[in-house]
Amino acid sequence: MNIIQALNLTLDQQFAKDDRLITFGEDCGAFGGVFRVTEGLQKKFGEARCFDTPLCEQGIVGFAIGCAQKGLKPICEIQFADYIFPAFDQIVNELAKMRSRTGNQYTAPVVIRTPYGGGIHGGYYHSQSPEALFLHTPGIKVAMISSPKDAKGLLTSAIKSEDPVILFEPKRIYRAIKEEVPEEEYEIPFGQAEVSRAGSDVTLVGWGAQHHQNMQAAEEVAEEYDLDVEVINLRTLNPLDLETLSESVRKTARCVVAHEAPKTGGFGAELSALIMEHCFLHLRAPVWRCTGLDVPIPHTLEEEYLPDAYKVKQALVKTVEY
Amino acid sequence: MNKPELAWKVQNSSHIGVVHPNFVLRDKHLALVYELRDLKERIDRILRVQIMAFETIQYLNEQGDLAKGYSPKVADDVVIKAYKTMVVTRHVDERMLTLQRQGIITFSLSSLGEECCSVAAAAALSSDDWLYPQYREVGVMFWRGFSIQDFVHHMFGNAKDLNKGRQMPNHFGSRELNVVTVSSPIATKIPHAAGCGYAMKLQKEPTISAVFFGDGATSEGDFHAGMNFAAVLKVPTLFFCRNNAYAISTSLDHQFHSDGIAPKGEGYGVATYRVDGNDFFAVYDTVAEARKHCLEKGPVLIEAMTYRMGAHSTSDDPTRYRKKGEIKEWQEKDPVLRLRRYLEKQGLWDDKKEKKLWEGVKKEVTEAIGVAKKTPNPPLKTLIEDVYCEVPKTLQRQIDDLKEFFPEDPS
Repeated sequence: MNIIQALNLTLDQQFAKDDRLITFGEDCGAFGGVFRVTEGLQKKFGEARCFDTPLCEQGIVGFAIGCAQKGLKPICEIQFADYIFPAFDQIVNELAKMRSRTGNQYTAPVVIRTPYGGGIHGGYYHSQSPEALFLHTPGIKVAMISSPKDAKGLLTSAIKSEDPVILFEPKRIYRAIKEEVPEEEYEIPFGQAEVSRAGSDVTLVGWGAQHHQNMQAAEEVAEEYDLDVEVINLRTLNPLDLETLSESVRKTARCVVAHEAPKTGGFGAELSALIMEHCFLHLRAPVWRCTGLDVPIPHTLEEEYLPDAYKVKQALVKTVEY
Repeated sequence: MNKPELAWKVQNSSHIGVVHPNFVLRDKHLALVYELRDLKERIDRILRVQIMAFETIQYLNEQGDLAKGYSPKVADDVVIKAYKTMVVTRHVDERMLTLQRQGIITFSLSSLGEECCSVAAAAALSSDDWLYPQYREVGVMFWRGFSIQDFVHHMFGNAKDLNKGRQMPNHFGSRELNVVTVSSPIATKIPHAAGCGYAMKLQKEPTISAVFFGDGATSEGDFHAGMNFAAVLKVPTLFFCRNNAYAISTSLDHQFHSDGIAPKGEGYGVATYRVDGNDFFAVYDTVAEARKHCLEKGPVLIEAMTYRMGAHSTSDDPTRYRKKGEIKEWQEKDPVLRLRRYLEKQGLWDDKKEKKLWEGVKKEVTEAIGVAKKTPNPPLKTLIEDVYCEVPKTLQRQIDDLKEFFPEDPS
């Protein structure tokens, strides 16, 4: 099963169990979404619970907030993370603040699903990784999917969450990564990173589609340089599993953070600072950030821009040789 | 092209009936137009309908006289309660302004001159309807039974403020009263109201959501998003725009070039009314009619023509931008004075009752201020509460560090 199918299965199962659930967005109704995540839901659960909206992201999120205040559980889709910005005000000023600004009187536990990231030659407006912008906003949880199993577990947790969640989906590997996914319901709790590969020489941390580049780099350096890399997939960036990360860095004394988003102000910077605070005396090399450039993500030179396995490999070697 | 000022001037029309005849006419025309298959013919007909300018519904004139043939659809005791609520709103506003000038509270906003809009609208709605007010709708809180004491606690932002002192004053709200807490961005709540209406429809509840905003908010994208979603999804949502002539200092002719706000409603296929916002009966009847329309057919936009007689806020100086003589003109149209004149002419009110009302309100506010002054600030731990449904470890660590600087904090 691929990531699309895992997400679709999760929605289908949760819709059948809980009639408070509704889903909507651009082309999400009869068409099933441009990536087909909501395929078949309208036919099965009716137009009132799965529908197309006008092309207006601030409307989609704002409308979802109202639905949630009144007791529904909206799962809305922003067609590409690059188009989330018209809804930025709704997310930052309303969604994230609803519980606190009303003194816990009103809540808006909306789930926003949105495909993000490069690797499909989508250029400036179909490739961005804007996760860091939402990590600077208290009140909203941020999850990053990297596999079909994670897709099901994280979406289930997001649906059950009483806090608003943005779920970033790795469109590049939507269909490329396949694995067995349990049929029955399960949750992957937020704030629980996965140590995908145990190792002793360097800690390599990432999330989403990047995680697969990291895994490949780890295998390659094992073979080529006999380096034993511990690879961590964070799964959720807020809440952050700092315990797993710092425990690993204390053991390996070295850390590389890799993400597709631009370097400056990216989440790698925050992780680097946290590792300084929590692991300073254990470190034998500076934390290395292997990221996109501080430029908009390009169309033609996309592969050159992205921190692929080759670049990650160089970062690992440099960190060990420091 | 009509200049915005034309719309803003309330015409002294004497149209009678629950629904403005012009509205019925437009409604009929549009219903026919929407049935037309031929696009060219459809556009032609829409243009012809649009030539009919929006007139303003008015039943009660400035002297407190009802239009000939009009009889109120609301009981006298409701009108009296509405009058009292407007007086409470006006007096509380005045006192809060003074407290701000004395440096006792940080900020305040007044609804001076616009009290009728919120009170009459709230009176015509059911208490189960959800309201999304702006900061100038204090009247809906008092109508729904929020106590003066609770309001003053909110204005102080103290430990008894329902918002736990997190937002500025005048950002009231109450879950118990189905009033969604105000936030400062002027239009963000407009799509929320549409979503809330949709939920009501799905939950099969016989209720509506009603959202209040000013003329300035109609320039924000969220106004268009909310109206369009509501129209497309046929939700039971009332959009109530107080056209009060100013957005802080920005006048209407710098805000839009349309004939006011009403034509925008029609642009989205939303049933639209324009009323004299300082006329209790016009607002009440129109909102009652709109509520029915919401439940049976879908959303409604009401443009209420009124005037912000006060400053935008305590940080504003309206003498720098108001036109000469404007205030005087609108003092004559004062909604509170107008309703009092009506009640007196009906023999339902007199000087003695007026004096008693004011004295009672003054005393209650004074006492409430006294209590609020003695109420402590929210404890330190409220800083990290309610950001998430549970306090995360990271926030607990941050507050533990902070507590070292505030050893006297009780929490």
